Amino acid sequence: MSKMRKKVLSVFFLLALTAGNVLGLAGCHGSKGLNTFEMPEEFDSSREYEITFWAKNDTNKTQTAIYEQAIADFQQAYPNIKVNLRLYTDYGKIYNDVITNISTNTTPNVCITYPDHIATYLTGKNLVVPLDELFADAEYGLGGSEVRFDAPTVEEIIPQFLEECRFDGHYYALPYMRSSEACYINKTFVEELGYTLPEKLTWDFVWEVSESALAQDDQENFLVNGQKVMIPFIYKSTDNMMIQMLKQREAGYSTKEGDILLFNDTTKELLYTIAEHGESGAFSTFKISSYPANFLNAGQCIFAIDSTAGATWMGTHAPLSDMSEDKIVEFETAVMPIPQFDTENPQMISQGPSVCIFNKSDPQEVLVSWLFVQYLLSNDVQIAYSETEGYVPVTSKAQESKAYQDYLSRYGEDNTMYYDVKIQAAQLLLENTDHTFITPVFNGSASLRNASGQLVENTVKSVRRGETIDDAYMDKLFEEITSLYRLDQPGGASVLDGSEKEELGELPLTSVILLSSLACVWALMIVYFAVSMIVRRKRNAQ
Amino acid sequence: MKKMLVLLLSCALVLGCAGCGGSDDDNAGNGTSDASTESDASVDESDSSSEDDTEAEDVKSEGVMTYDEYAAADVDSEVVVETYVQAKQSWWEDKATFYTQDKDGAYFIYDMPCSEEDYEKLTPGTKIKVTGYKAEWSGEFEIIDATFEIVDGNYIAEAEDVTSLLGKGELIDHQNKFVSFNGMTVEAAGKNDAGEDVAFLYSWDGSGQDGDDLYFNVSIDGETYTFTVESYLCDNTTDVYKAVTELQIGDTVDMEGFLYWYEGVNPHITSLTVK
Repeated sequence: MSKMRKKVLSVFFLLALTAGNVLGLAGCHGSKGLNTFEMPEEFDSSREYEITFWAKNDTNKTQTAIYEQAIADFQQAYPNIKVNLRLYTDYGKIYNDVITNISTNTTPNVCITYPDHIATYLTGKNLVVPLDELFADAEYGLGGSEVRFDAPTVEEIIPQFLEECRFDGHYYALPYMRSSEACYINKTFVEELGYTLPEKLTWDFVWEVSESALAQDDQENFLVNGQKVMIPFIYKSTDNMMIQMLKQREAGYSTKEGDILLFNDTTKELLYTIAEHGESGAFSTFKISSYPANFLNAGQCIFAIDSTAGATWMGTHAPLSDMSEDKIVEFETAVMPIPQFDTENPQMISQGPSVCIFNKSDPQEVLVSWLFVQYLLSNDVQIAYSETEGYVPVTSKAQESKAYQDYLSRYGEDNTMYYDVKIQAAQLLLENTDHTFITPVFNGSASLRNASGQLVENTVKSVRRGETIDDAYMDKLFEEITSLYRLDQPGGASVLDGSEKEELGELPLTSVILLSSLACVWALMIVYFAVSMIVRRKRNAQ
Repeated sequence: MKKMLVLLLSCALVLGCAGCGGSDDDNAGNGTSDASTESDASVDESDSSSEDDTEAEDVKSEGVMTYDEYAAADVDSEVVVETYVQAKQSWWEDKATFYTQDKDGAYFIYDMPCSEEDYEKLTPGTKIKVTGYKAEWSGEFEIIDATFEIVDGNYIAEAEDVTSLLGKGELIDHQNKFVSFNGMTVEAAGKNDAGEDVAFLYSWDGSGQDGDDLYFNVSIDGETYTFTVESYLCDNTTDVYKAVTELQIGDTVDMEGFLYWYEGVNPHITSLTVK
């Protein structure tokens, strides 16, 4: 788990920077892009196929097993297809590897991804397969007559989740799982501090309780837990924190067209509040301190905000934990939607993996990929995978199935499959799907997302280091983050089609020699041609 | 003249091929999905006692903290240290992570801005002056948001045997140092799909694949500890990675590595010998 931090932190820059390098590589290799995918008349089942599937798991052995089982079952239905699985533990690394493999035409066939990343892939020519035609195909489309398993129809995919995969008028992905964020709360401590959890959590409540938890005795032990360590409020994903706060405040973030609105007065106001609580020690972040779950379970945190897909790590009896048991304390865990500014109009982010198909020169291979993607949406996979964490299935077919309803109803029956915190997290999203939102997807939206989190991280780090947080600080911060994530350039640095004007640095020596040699040869040829002409004319004149 | 032109065109063609194909270095990052992460198990095993080049006393420049001053500094305070690179964990998009040490203690330098060119210069033993902020992440003390400059000096630490300190409070005083553990017994790390005990896991719970971090358990005096082969430090081409994948439960092993911390001691092993 300690490894995760390194990957996560590193990829933030890759999201913004790596894509641009592909331009140079593609240019060198003369890539012209693939032809537009055309749906074959029929699936050629006489051939053998081998496709690759790059998947993401949450460092969760059960999820790995479910992917493997899904592949085995799919291969049983289609014995002439082999699916090779490659596992990742974070989206950023998948994105980076996709970008790296574009220039050599070695992208995977099927890939777990985020819509923000697809927006960058789409700047490459015919790189990602639009799925509209595949959806609708009567034989091989969603729930088509020739599909050899019980696939969902397009109507059975939760419309809101499906819409998240639509850009520029086309569907370029299918949702695979959906999650949101939840606030995992040490209810025991909240009540010991003299508070009662409200029906709907507000930011004011969280800040107030957090500040009250900082009281210490003369030995510098925190009164609430009797320990030397207490960070009452820890946020895992600070980009989500800022995005959701802005949405709740109806403040700017970006337009659908990609205009950056993040650097506004509401953002400043929010950062001032965050700085205040960062300075007191009431608030910290994953990047600065560590996993919220570790502090929560050790009785060193009261409000831990993390993905619903992290629910199995939360709570005294969490089935997943890499902490020693002697550090875990007993408390009652409450699972609530994230804090709100306006409890009458709650807003929370919709997130979770989607799956896209990369184009290949062989349309049959693309069709095979499509069949496999459909299999990932079958009930067997949807229900099994969603039960590994606080995910929800993306089809009504799975959500309404007896098996899934039975799973939900048995919440708290044990601390593994029916772990109450996990099922509460899933229920939270099922009950609030109408209150979820996504941010606009455009080329550069991944950079903007990272920038929004970096504003929070930098502010908290600065205030902890004793820097003054004032308007001058904010102006400088906005300027630095704009520059760091290239938000003053169209599409950030994420352009794959050659339109980017990125500074690529000095030419390598071999290139310089090559170009110089070619120039010399051309010059000599011209001189030779000119001299020959003159000599010929002189001869003719004689 | 025609012969000369043919010769020149041929040269240009050869150079063109070279330019297009490029050297291996040129291709780094192009063809394979792993190329963007540089694993670097650059622990100098052949020169583990090379203190000859070291100044007789590890004199600090003006304004530079001693290790004791660094250890006493508050988290989030600015720190300035002079230290010696012992191993490089990774370089990725102009940021690098280092295990460093002077004669008195060790400093883990996380995600320090560093060009690829400078990264190549920072071979084990290289002395650097680092200015950054002290941080703590899951019990691991480190220097973050740092800048550095290379200064004169060279030192490679010998592995310090801390086996007897396992389970004791003073072990943390050696955090991040290059250390050794001797005579420990390999215990079961978990179970495979068939329900059989296994000696190591890919990733902490067995959810990973070849190339991911390796986790294994070793015991001494009745206490069991989890050790790691950090794949960024020692990837699956290294001897230690291979050695761990060949471990058997019950093996007695000697190990060297860096005394990393994650919610308790979690050494990053760089060599392992089955006795």
